[in-house]
This record gives sequence, C-alpha cells and structure tokens, in this order.
Amino acid sequence: MKMLTITEAKLLVREPLALFWGLAFPMALLAVMGLSSTDIGGVPLVTIYEPIVIAFVGVVFGVQGIPVQVAGYRERRILRRLATTPAGPVRVVAAQLIVSLVVVLAATAGVLAVGRLGFGVPLPRQAAGFAGVAVLSATAMLALGLLIGAVAPTARSAGAAGTVLFFPLMYFAGLWTPQLSPATRHIGQFTPLGAGAQALRDTMAGGWPHPQALLVLAGWTLVCAVLAVRFFRWE
Amino acid sequence: MTAIEVEGLSKRYGPKVAVDDVSFTVAEGEIFGLLGRNGAGKSTTVDCLAGLRVPDHGQIRVAGLDPRQDRHELRQVLGVQLQESQLPDRLTVGEAMRLYASFYPRPADVDGLLAQLDLTDKRTTRYRRLSGGQKQRLSIALALIGQPRIAILDELTTGLDPVARRDAWQLIDDIRNQGVTIVLVTHFMDEAARLCDRVAIMRDGRIAALGAPAALAQPTLEDAFVALTGRRTS
Repeated sequence: MKMLTITEAKLLVREPLALFWGLAFPMALLAVMGLSSTDIGGVPLVTIYEPIVIAFVGVVFGVQGIPVQVAGYRERRILRRLATTPAGPVRVVAAQLIVSLVVVLAATAGVLAVGRLGFGVPLPRQAAGFAGVAVLSATAMLALGLLIGAVAPTARSAGAAGTVLFFPLMYFAGLWTPQLSPATRHIGQFTPLGAGAQALRDTMAGGWPHPQALLVLAGWTLVCAVLAVRFFRWE
Repeated sequence: MTAIEVEGLSKRYGPKVAVDDVSFTVAEGEIFGLLGRNGAGKSTTVDCLAGLRVPDHGQIRVAGLDPRQDRHELRQVLGVQLQESQLPDRLTVGEAMRLYASFYPRPADVDGLLAQLDLTDKRTTRYRRLSGGQKQRLSIALALIGQPRIAILDELTTGLDPVARRDAWQLIDDIRNQGVTIVLVTHFMDEAARLCDRVAIMRDGRIAALGAPAALAQPTLEDAFVALTGRRTS
C-alpha cells in the first residue's frame, strides 16, 4: 500500500496540467484578487475569494482528476492486471484517493499561506472548525469524483463529466458571482461547494460551521461513496 | 502432480456461449498451449483460471486452489500476463518493476529479470516511450516478478521482433527449468510447436483437439490448426 501510494504520488507530480490547474492557477487567481483594491461590503475581495479558491482546488483534483485516473486505469486494463496480483485493484484506487486528499489539503494550506503572507488575509479564526470543513469538502469532492470514475466507461467521458460538473459546483461556490441572490443561495446551500464555501467562510471569520453545512457535506460524501462502491465497474 | 485441473468449464455472456464444457489438466512443470482463433474461448478460459471471471458451470483447481474462493492464496502463486494490459504512461520501467515486486513476499531479483528481458538500459524510461516490443517484454517481466509457481502468458510474443521472440522463448525455457508451470495462449503455431509439451486447440468454445504438438501435426501443427478451426477445410 505504501509503495502504491508513493508511486501514485510520483505520477501525479509528473502531470503538468494537473499541477497547473490545481496549484498554479488557483494561487494566481488569489494573487489577482489580492492585487485588486475592490471590496464588497467592506470585506476585501481576496478575503472573499480565499474559500472559493480552496473549493476550486478540491474540484480540480477531486471531480476532474480522480475520474480520469480511475476510468483511465480501468480502460488501460491496469485494474484488471492488478486483480491478478496480491495487491488487488481496490488498493490502487485507494492510493489515488489518499494522494489527492493530501494534495488538496496541502494546497489549501498553501492558499492560506499565500493569502496571509502576500495579502494580509487573516488565518482562519476558528482553526479547528476550518480544518474539519476543509477535510469534509475535500472528501465530498473525492467521493463525487470516485462516483464519476466508477461508472464512466472511458477516461475521456470521465473527463467530460468532470468538466461539466465543474460549472454548477463552482457557480454555487461563488466563483463567478461571490454574492449569490437569496434564491440561488437557497439552492446552493444543498450543493457540496455551496455549503462548503459558506462553511469555510464562516470558520475563517471565527464562527462555527452551520450544522446543516456539515450535514450536506457529509451526506454528499457518504451517498457518492456508497454509490461508487455499489456501481463500480472493474472492467 | 497436477498444476491445473479444469472440469466441465462453461461460460456464456448473455446468449453467446464463450466456453462450452471444457476439460483439461496441466501437469506441474509442463508448458501447455491454448490455441484457437479469435473468439474461440481462450481468453475466457484464462480469465476463469485467473479468478477474473466466475464460470457458469464446472470445477477449476489451480495449484490446488479454487480461483474464486481462494483468490488471495492464488494471487501469491500465479503470475498472469494479460493481453492489452498497459501501465501508466509516466511510470518508468524500474518503478513498475519495484512496485510489482512489492506486492509479493519473495519477489524475483529485479535487475536479473530486466537483464533477462534485455530491458536493463530502459530502467529509467517511461512506459509511453517504450516500443511495442519493449512494453510486451516489461509485461512478461511483471508476470514473473513474484516468482510464480504457475504463469499464464496471453499472447506472449505478439509485437516482438524475431530476435526478441527467440529471447522470450529462451526465457520460457529457463523458467520452466526452474519448475514453473506455464499456460501459453498463442496464435503462433511455430511457437506452440517449439515450446509446448501439449496443446489444446479450441474452436467455438470447445476443445477440438488436445495432445502433444508432434502427435497433432498433420503434417504441421499449423495445418492441423487450420483443418480444425478454419471455416473451410481446404
């Protein structure tokens, strides 16, 4: 398992596109917001965007990365080959999830560091709550990605599904319009990143996450993971 | 000692019968060839031996184990080289070997195996930069890295140039001399005639002929194959 995880980590590091969209681009986006002097209701734009950028990282590695990795391994018969070894196919998928989770959490810490050091955004005041929400948001994205990868017939279709989902997920996180109308916000609180971004924002400001947000994130994680395991196509 | 026992194996996919009441045994240390045209049922038979598919009917014992119920034990002693199975593009030859070696309690020597398959200077080459023949050789190496007692090699030499084919044959001889039982799925009659102690020729999911290549050859194994499996027997 250790060897599989190390190998998957090496492979991820060798994917320049994943690193660009998952690490470089979100940092750059944050920096652009940081250089702007705009504020909304007295809150600097960079502070508003920090949780959105953290949500973005989760989508890139979870919903766009994982499905292509999992479906690609199936398509190339790597899972099948592993099924003939003592390692089995489950462990390599687990290794992919572990590596992606670690990368998302490391990138989250990176975003906080850039925000703090570059633009003076305060670190989360409710640190424990923030950490919990960050982990839960990441697992929700990974579980959703796993579900897509579980059922998508090819890496190409898995990638397409991830890209299509990117837009509604990030819309409700507030990527294009940080201030959603009351109606969209009402819908958004039931989407994983609508709930996730809001809970990240609350904990950054020093409050506890709303229990409903935690329930929504845990619910998405659980339902997607159960469906993924139930419907996983090994070949 | 019997390495593999197959008794009354049948498998259908919907209405299509892939394998129909197939029985054979493979002795320990034997090289057993599975021949047949595409769609004759070779791969389904191999999948059932490897525990990748559940037979509809029949009994299978591989190294005395049930491929489904004793999966875990079987994976330790069975090495499988699957058709069209690839590796991640950015994984190097050496990394792939070390990774697969880590799955087994007593792996073969990575360097020795790479040398035997003429891949030593490709250690740091990524999978996607390998030629078709090099990928094939790596695939063989991965099937043997766990020092299996039984190896199933599906289309072993497809894509290899004539020299590499001879090298692969030499390797098969070598590992057989170490006592490994080998099931060879192949399209090449010269390969089967050269390597196999016995062959089974499959047609439409059944075994059309079974025996030593020399006994079946009339006058060559290929003629016998065409006569048994061809649409027209000319």
